[in-house]
Amino acid sequence: MIRKVRPHIVQNEALLFEESSPGKSGYQLPTLDVPSVDPHLALGSGNVRDEIEGFPEVSEVEAIRHFTRLSTWNYAIDLGLYPLGSCTMKYNPRVNELVARLEGLAWAHPYQPESLSQGAMQVIADLESALLEITGMDAITLQPAAGAHGELTGILLVRAYLESQGNPRKRILVPDSAHGTNPATASMAGYSVQNIKSNEKGMMDVEQLAGLLERDDAHDIAALMVTNPSTLGIFEEDIAKVAGILHAKGAMLYMDGANMNALVGLTRPGDFGVDVMHLNLHKTFSTPHGGGGPGSGPVAIKKHLEPFLPVPVLKKVSGAWHFDYDRPQSIGRVRAFYGNFGVLVRALAYILAHGGPGLRNATVDALMNANYIRRKLEPHYDLPYSSPSMHEVVFSDDRQSAHGVKTGDLAKRLIDYGFHPYTVSFPTIVHGAIMIEPTETESKRELDLFIDAMISIAKEIDTDPKSVLQAPYSTRTTRVDEVMAARRPIVRWKPDRSSSQAAD
Amino acid sequence: MRYLPKSDSERQEMLAACGIATAEELYAHLPAEAKLNRELNLAPGISEYEIIDFFQARADDTAQGYASFLGAGVYRHYRPVLCDTIVSRGEFLTSYTPYQAEIAQGTLTAIFEFQTMICQLTGMDVANASMYDGSTAVPEAAMMAVRVTGRAKVLVSRVVHPEYREVLTTYARHQGMPVEEFGYHAETGQLDLEDLEAKLDRETAAVIIQSPNFFGIIENVRAAADLAHKHGALLIFVFAEAASLGILAPPTDADIVAGELQSFAISPSFGGPYAGIIAAKEKFLRQLPGRLVSQSVDTNGNRAFCLTLSTREQHIRREKATSNICTNQALIALMATVYMTVYGKEGLRELAAQNLSKAHYLSSKIKPRFTGPFFNEFVADAPGPPEDVNQKLLGKKIIGGLALNRFYPELGNATLLCATEMSRRANMDIVAEAYVQ
Repeated sequence: MIRKVRPHIVQNEALLFEESSPGKSGYQLPTLDVPSVDPHLALGSGNVRDEIEGFPEVSEVEAIRHFTRLSTWNYAIDLGLYPLGSCTMKYNPRVNELVARLEGLAWAHPYQPESLSQGAMQVIADLESALLEITGMDAITLQPAAGAHGELTGILLVRAYLESQGNPRKRILVPDSAHGTNPATASMAGYSVQNIKSNEKGMMDVEQLAGLLERDDAHDIAALMVTNPSTLGIFEEDIAKVAGILHAKGAMLYMDGANMNALVGLTRPGDFGVDVMHLNLHKTFSTPHGGGGPGSGPVAIKKHLEPFLPVPVLKKVSGAWHFDYDRPQSIGRVRAFYGNFGVLVRALAYILAHGGPGLRNATVDALMNANYIRRKLEPHYDLPYSSPSMHEVVFSDDRQSAHGVKTGDLAKRLIDYGFHPYTVSFPTIVHGAIMIEPTETESKRELDLFIDAMISIAKEIDTDPKSVLQAPYSTRTTRVDEVMAARRPIVRWKPDRSSSQAAD
Repeated sequence: MRYLPKSDSERQEMLAACGIATAEELYAHLPAEAKLNRELNLAPGISEYEIIDFFQARADDTAQGYASFLGAGVYRHYRPVLCDTIVSRGEFLTSYTPYQAEIAQGTLTAIFEFQTMICQLTGMDVANASMYDGSTAVPEAAMMAVRVTGRAKVLVSRVVHPEYREVLTTYARHQGMPVEEFGYHAETGQLDLEDLEAKLDRETAAVIIQSPNFFGIIENVRAAADLAHKHGALLIFVFAEAASLGILAPPTDADIVAGELQSFAISPSFGGPYAGIIAAKEKFLRQLPGRLVSQSVDTNGNRAFCLTLSTREQHIRREKATSNICTNQALIALMATVYMTVYGKEGLRELAAQNLSKAHYLSSKIKPRFTGPFFNEFVADAPGPPEDVNQKLLGKKIIGGLALNRFYPELGNATLLCATEMSRRANMDIVAEAYVQ
């Protein structure tokens, strides 16, 4: 039975370009208080455009209705559980939005004098020290704009350090359960990638790893990039041993902090041998995902990597904050200015709201929610790895695919029950993966509704599997033809294409 | 805690359902040596009121209330209220990347409109769903040119934003992509075509130019494009001041456009978050990095949108992907989309014309150093060390121009002054007076 939702009326809406009509506008500029300049004279006629062909022409009222109508076609964390594994879709506190918009912070220009930027620099410093305490690392840069950007920065740091030791080395080891960004990053930093298999417990195969590092070519290995807990939601119990094996050969341990929400306040990467890691502030520290960005991917490191940090580095000089650019061993600049400052403000507000003990309590709730779901769904779904779950649990569609229903179909049916799907088909080492991360945000009631929905779908599949294959039934848009899109992509609107479709 | 929606009795009930008695048992399996056997050394949690107080104190310790003539890649433009209203809606703010197209048509449709408007603005055929920012879009565009041409080297103008060039150098270092700079003309402030031609060779994948360039000056895009194309290289056109495209001819001679949209409703925010773009000619579609939305149909034949060409991307291609990029800047791009909608075809042009008029009012009082045509910022020599004139202006609650010697030591006392539609005539007069003395 579907308890969480029932259908309601949703507005149709054409594209802006189809709604436009000449002469309409939604703006009014103040009267110019200086003489008006003729663009053709000032710029030269060849440099001036006639018009922006095709650009929208709508009124303010139509603009707000347009975007509000579009917004109603989205699912969001504000509407309910968003159980995407490894994405950490947690509540985004609204006070964080408010403080990020305070004039002195939101309108601070990156080149305004440092003497007039001390408050903004203090925010950066406060967040740096909080994140260092949380990770147990020695130094940090907040500049990377996203997780993958942090990975690139981190691996460039590894490379710069190894180069300073005389040899940058050639290979990066990546477990088969890793995010795709890990191998793509290694490649951008000039490394080749070697995959490491997982063992029957869903953990890294330490023996295989030790074997690799015993071989003659082990001096080629620059680092191991590991996500801990892994994308199976399992803590790598031999992680300290792994670090030891790598360090003995001069290689480094990189930790992808995508799953840091499982660890905050319980254990610190700096204490179990990690040399370099990135965090995702838009995951663990609640900054809004915004439909796919902005993110922020700080990189925390151990002491030996510090000389190589990207410029600038914040430091205090005779009582005042100062950006230090004089760092001869730096990997250089990874982004203009100082990072996604507005995201940093929000993350710090989140940390302040929770405080030290509160952050740990949030972690414990996240673990409890995942384990509660695991316990309730285990009778109905195949659990490929029985190792303890941290903040997420990965089932497979083994039982359901026997009836011809795969994880992707099941996910679509979940939409009819009023939930966003879990992460589908990832990690790839689990065939037909159903990867569920509830986060600490969910109430028991919301979790119970989700569990009921998953059980109900399992029963539908037992009795009438075909009915699930066409899901979702209740959405404004039914399944979208992604194959057609990939074969014949249409990535922009054009007037000639619109006529037959304007009735949408 | 107000963000954790459970009572203690519910927690007990859930733990019991898990077959355990205490919360500690949830992480009892962590190896002993990894456990943190103490509280985090962070202050206890605080209330909403205290959080606002905390940040207000820091906001007060900045340039709040100052007028500013800084540009240099970050511009003060008025943001219509509607932009914030829309991006504050939870349905946009708190949704994830639109992988599940059936319940993400709002985000997908807005991105499709964004891609379309970027094409209209730049005169390109295709655009992606946005990049981190302008500075990282530049190396991504360069890497794209390397893939397209099969050549290794890129030539970048010295009047491309210095920080963009630094990021390009960082990205290029380990990819076998040599980066060489070419100069600018001392009189016009435009790129030096002779120097460019001398440095072009068979290994050059792309020529990267910016217009308006870092000095605010409009480049001769066609001449640079002709030179690049003559040598089989692509032209990458970079913009840092998106508002200029309201009035300037679109860079249709370029092959790839990489830019920064901060000017479109995105507050300076001490350097970010902003949104970058990459647009290109149709034939380079499959070499674009990052997210891309396509029109398609659903099973009922209705128009619908979805992410597409993911076979270029890291989660499928892993180490062979076009880039490691994963996120775009969806919410910021949405803000820019609303901004472009509110101003629209007429408004963006009028806005650009106002910027032009304001900057030229200022330049009627302070002589520009270069002779090339400029949009809303220009280089002017301070009467002495820039620090002195700027210090004087700070006393009048005005932040003056950027001293250029940190990036261009050869320019001595030169400063970069920017005037937008938000610059008041009275403040411009004060700045002008300080420069005359």
